Amino acid sequence: MAELWTSTDGGALVAAAVLLPFVGMLLGLLLGGRWVQRVAFVLMPLGLGLAAAIAASWLEASGPLVYLLGGWSPPLGIALRADGLSVAMLLAVAGVVCGIGLFARADFGLGPGEPESRSAFTYWLLLLAVWGALNLVFVSGDLFTLYVALELLTFAGVPLVCLAGSGETLRAALRYMLFALCGSVLYLLGAVLLYGGYGTLDMPMLAEVLQAEPIAIAALALMTAGLLAKTALFPLHIWLPPAHGGAPAAASAVLSALVIKGSWFLVLRLWLDVMPGVASAQAAQLLAGLGAAAIVVGSVVALRQQRLKLLVAYSTVAQIGYLFLLFPMAFDAAGAMVWREVAATAGVLQAIAHATAKAGMFMAAGLIYARLGHDRIDELAGAARALPVAVAAFLIGGLALMGVLPSGAYLAKKLLLASADVSGQWWWSWVLQGGAAFTAGYVVLVALRVFARPGAPLADLRPVSKLSQWAALGLALASLGLSLAAVEGPLPADLLAKAFSLEELGTMALLFAVGALLAAALARRPLLGGGDPVRPGFAGLGGLFESGDRWVRQWSAAMLSLLLVAGACGWLLTRP
Amino acid sequence: MSVETLFALTACALVGIGLYGLIAQPHPLRKLIAFNVMGSGVFVLFGALAKRGAAAGLVADPVPQALLITAIVVAFAATAVTVALLLRLIETTGSASLGNED
Repeated sequence: MAELWTSTDGGALVAAAVLLPFVGMLLGLLLGGRWVQRVAFVLMPLGLGLAAAIAASWLEASGPLVYLLGGWSPPLGIALRADGLSVAMLLAVAGVVCGIGLFARADFGLGPGEPESRSAFTYWLLLLAVWGALNLVFVSGDLFTLYVALELLTFAGVPLVCLAGSGETLRAALRYMLFALCGSVLYLLGAVLLYGGYGTLDMPMLAEVLQAEPIAIAALALMTAGLLAKTALFPLHIWLPPAHGGAPAAASAVLSALVIKGSWFLVLRLWLDVMPGVASAQAAQLLAGLGAAAIVVGSVVALRQQRLKLLVAYSTVAQIGYLFLLFPMAFDAAGAMVWREVAATAGVLQAIAHATAKAGMFMAAGLIYARLGHDRIDELAGAARALPVAVAAFLIGGLALMGVLPSGAYLAKKLLLASADVSGQWWWSWVLQGGAAFTAGYVVLVALRVFARPGAPLADLRPVSKLSQWAALGLALASLGLSLAAVEGPLPADLLAKAFSLEELGTMALLFAVGALLAAALARRPLLGGGDPVRPGFAGLGGLFESGDRWVRQWSAAMLSLLLVAGACGWLLTRP
Repeated sequence: MSVETLFALTACALVGIGLYGLIAQPHPLRKLIAFNVMGSGVFVLFGALAKRGAAAGLVADPVPQALLITAIVVAFAATAVTVALLLRLIETTGSASLGNED
């Protein structure tokens, strides 16, 4: 294990991946004006190349890449480490940042002669800041550096919400900031307790000495609850819908695809790498239970939305739930280590699939808004003809999230289904398939609306950038093709053998049918044709979910949920 | 009662007061102050731990102090950003309300 505490070849690359975006940000701040976007566009390919170089040297090395800051080794010094999970996330984030950058050129890029604007200037700086903070989250070796990285991520994410500067978005940003601060103070309290108990915050060192005793349990419960608040897992999603739904499309894409992945990644790290001995099967059931609730509530409320961007925002609430379904597979009662790695692989795959697909979907929703001048779902008829590439990006992104072959989500779902099967947790298979059916539901809903024939030819169409459309489509396609890239990885061999069998295709058709039924039952207007809905029962049910969602998103309810989640997590951790 | 226990109890009280304020106070500025009170509780706890962790024969463990000063700077920055947001909100809408979902 000594190699975890000495610098390795390629370690300097890891440090550079963290430094590069921040250097770019400071440079942009110094040069000012329209130089910011030039700096950003120079850094994007550089950062992508750097991530690729890290991946190459990680493949060559046998273990993680390590860089000791100033040559001081832990516990006194700070180590940056890149293992398989970090490398995958570094690469994915670099790719998504490049895609979003290309998209944002039309909205926030300044052509020659255009006046400089504050929102354009800030956007590029914040994009770089989010990138740097995320890279730091992925490679930090100790829990305190992670705290600082998470705070940087929040500070960069919050202003992205209110770039437009309207009262609504400022309010959303303030809510986000205050709730995220509650989360970070809980995280810090947990880290402090761990230092008090074990005298180090270096993750591999902690992993060696940690035991399932009260101080470690309290720390894990507090840190988990704090991180869930920052990730916006149901019922702690108080800030997400207004923040993600109100921000400009280029900013929503960053927030939804990237920012929430930082704190989620840290929950994964804590549970799997730092505290596998403390985490318990029952507490893992709690995390996935919240995830299942997120899937149901997020999806139903998504189907009830009137605006496309809010539909995508609520779909993020549901997809965050999906990201937490890996925990019971990693911590089943038998505690098999093989499946822990499979679950981690599935989780990271799902996170990357969501990052790419959701960025594409938010961009597409933004483009549709820009082209039609609105994004009311009921009035989208004719959008497919007016904006074919963006509509394709939206639908392909949705299909990729739902897990159509060969998307990354398909592979992630197969891995989780297989491990649920092996560990005898059949109920999670139902949740996994149900989540996919719900996703199919809103894909069907939007597809039927955009392909409908408009009553009158669409007038007043505004031009939108071609580059932006292709960037959105590129990201959605990346998500759809993700499993092709992942097939080389360490996967169970027979997983994809039957991918095109009749049974698989039948499942897929069934998911679509169930999704269409759900959409027909819950959508505000009948799926086909006009007229009044004749489904008072279902509409009432949908309304019930909506008011429930509003209720848990009240401030005091959310704060009490936060404490309850911490308490329940701690209580379940004390049980074997 | 030893000094360390006194510090720890103070920390508990501060965290508790801060939590109560965060839950119960509707005004964003009061929430922010409650966050700072809660944060101070965590800092006091960390400081007390530094004293207790001096098993190596030093007067106190220096690492928590280094981390503490960083954490204080982070909390200060968070407070500054939040106050700036709040001021902009009041400037734009004329009220500091977080919306009808407080």
